[in-house]
Amino acid sequence: MIMSPISLAFKNCKKEKRPALLTYTVAGDHTKKKSLEILNSISSHVDICEIGFPHNTPIADGGQIQTSSYRAIKNGIKMKDVFQIVKKFKKNINAKPVILMGYYNMIYQYGENKFLKKCKQTGVNGLIVVDLPWPDNKIFAKKCKNNLVSFIQLLSPTTSQARMEKIIKDSHEMIYLISMLSTTGGKLKVSPKTILKNYNKVKKINKSKNLVIGFGITSKNISSFKTADGCVVGSEICKKISQSIEKRQNPVTNVSNMVKNLKKKIS
Amino acid sequence: MIKIKKGKPLIDQHDKNGFWGGKFGGNFIPETLKKPIEDLTILFEKLRRDKNFIKERDYYFKNWVGAPTPFIKLENLTKHLGGAQIWAKVVSEANGGAHKIYNATVHCLITKRAGKKYIVGDTGAGYAGKMLSMAAKKFGLKCKIFMGVKDIKRQKPNCDAMRKNGAEIVPVYSGSQTLVDAVSECMRYWVSNCDTTAMCVGSTVGPNIFVKICGWSTAQISRELKNQIKFVFKTIPKKIKLINCVGGGSSAYGFWSEFIDYSPDRISLIGVEAGGPSKSKLHAAPLSRGAKLGILHGAASYVCQNNEGQINETESISAGLDYPGVSPMHCFLKDTKRAKYTFATDEEALSAYKLVTKFENLNPSLEPCHAFAEAIKIAPRLSKDTIIIVNSCGDAQKDRDILKQRLGR
Ligand SMILES: Cc1ncc(COP(=O)(O)O)c(C=O)c1O
Repeated sequence: MIMSPISLAFKNCKKEKRPALLTYTVAGDHTKKKSLEILNSISSHVDICEIGFPHNTPIADGGQIQTSSYRAIKNGIKMKDVFQIVKKFKKNINAKPVILMGYYNMIYQYGENKFLKKCKQTGVNGLIVVDLPWPDNKIFAKKCKNNLVSFIQLLSPTTSQARMEKIIKDSHEMIYLISMLSTTGGKLKVSPKTILKNYNKVKKINKSKNLVIGFGITSKNISSFKTADGCVVGSEICKKISQSIEKRQNPVTNVSNMVKNLKKKIS
Repeated sequence: MIKIKKGKPLIDQHDKNGFWGGKFGGNFIPETLKKPIEDLTILFEKLRRDKNFIKERDYYFKNWVGAPTPFIKLENLTKHLGGAQIWAKVVSEANGGAHKIYNATVHCLITKRAGKKYIVGDTGAGYAGKMLSMAAKKFGLKCKIFMGVKDIKRQKPNCDAMRKNGAEIVPVYSGSQTLVDAVSECMRYWVSNCDTTAMCVGSTVGPNIFVKICGWSTAQISRELKNQIKFVFKTIPKKIKLINCVGGGSSAYGFWSEFIDYSPDRISLIGVEAGGPSKSKLHAAPLSRGAKLGILHGAASYVCQNNEGQINETESISAGLDYPGVSPMHCFLKDTKRAKYTFATDEEALSAYKLVTKFENLNPSLEPCHAFAEAIKIAPRLSKDTIIIVNSCGDAQKDRDILKQRLGR
């Protein structure tokens, strides 16, 4: 069997005995061009790029990602631009696997099938849909798989053991563990130890799944999660973009430096 | 063809995935909320079958909310319009001045049973927030209310009431700074605090269970009305029109729930949405102005949105109706043709306010004025044995600044 690009990325990290670094940036933040430049500039330091397709009524995002999303929408980002950005990014020889992340209404309005076809065409490798939980996502997840797009299930500290087992059974090669009860970008309000305990609980159910931890991870705490399969950093990067704009600095270099530093902390 | 079942409350006519008519409603929620929503669902289903809980609810509805609210004939307005009889169910006489008290009371009672000490809620017109703050105070809960900055400015009297009741108002600056943003922010807060805190959604919108709890609570209105109609007319008259404004749709559902099984010829149900300023393209009327099915705040419903699925800005003089989505139950009532939906513009609502207050000793807020506008429009060409009943579900005290500005009084 051929390994999916996402699985391959994790495998490479394991060889290097470090977690995969996943970044989250919003497509079109703060312009289409800049967001592509950011992706290109961080690509050699990250293992998987999560790219948000912004929605103007996000019910699970904190302030930083909301700011990035609203900024991108204000600058006119459309779904077709999101796919354009992915397509162009994928032409970079250093390009990494891409996971699109967003809210279901955007996919629903685009049309599930058309959306997945477009994902396949442009080189999207995975999909996270924040508000389409299991088991409601079962049919759609299958459709994703048929289009060689990995559907990434989410687990939360509130997910019961029994539910976890069922979700993991229906999951593909990667699973996203939400670190704590929070929207994205919240302060890490529980200890890394508690989070890793939950992490290990999930791994115990099926250790072959690539399990990444996200929500509240920043340069300050990422080194505490070295034992995880992967760490996602989103809000800190979005915040960096906001600060760069405010200070009239180049967000591309600032984000690139930040990501380089993140990588160093887990290597 | 989707169909309404008889003899079963509409709140229970969803499938196992939470959808009415196979496509309206559901639970489009982050994984974190799955568990708290499941817990709430189990608790509510238990409590609604618990005689003691029902007794408790009825006790507070009667002695604290004030039941029944008056059912009166608007003699002067009827005479002036010269057609159908116009009656009003004066729900604004309920404690606090609007129907939002029913949902707020029930949520606080449930929260107490759940052993939680904190409750949060959204508000647009400020009534849902005011009532939640009242009920929270009554039942010893700490309360936070999320409210758009635009609404905080235009509904000051209700904000004053919330603060007086000891609630914290959290201003919401994102988006259009109205109800839609308040609901989003409230949900985000709940995602982060669902272990200690209960959430009350202010209307029959949101994830399935919130639609149900709210509808179950406001149904008190039509239980009272049915008795009152029977008492006044000795029977259920042959031609009744129940007219109600629709924002999220909680007062309309509560006003109609006991009458859904009647034939539309006998009891017609008319929902009036916010058409916005007559000169503006913006409105808050997803049902009557042909919005597409979409997902907002955890449920599928007709939603004012663009082709991409971004939620549209709305505009209405009435903060309570200024919302781009609507209850999945109203989508179901629309598609099954059991209810009809139309809209009234800001100007029509204002004219209705002028006319009603000129002829009657009644002071309906801008939300029910949308319903009165429709009544005024259709009454003259209807026969005298037609009974129009308008749910006067809010008091205009909160609108005094807007009314002063627009009507000079
Ligand atoms: C007096 C009044 N009527 C109507 C509404 C609209 O809500 P719903 O359609 O849920 O009754 C509100 C909402 O704030 C309100 O305050």
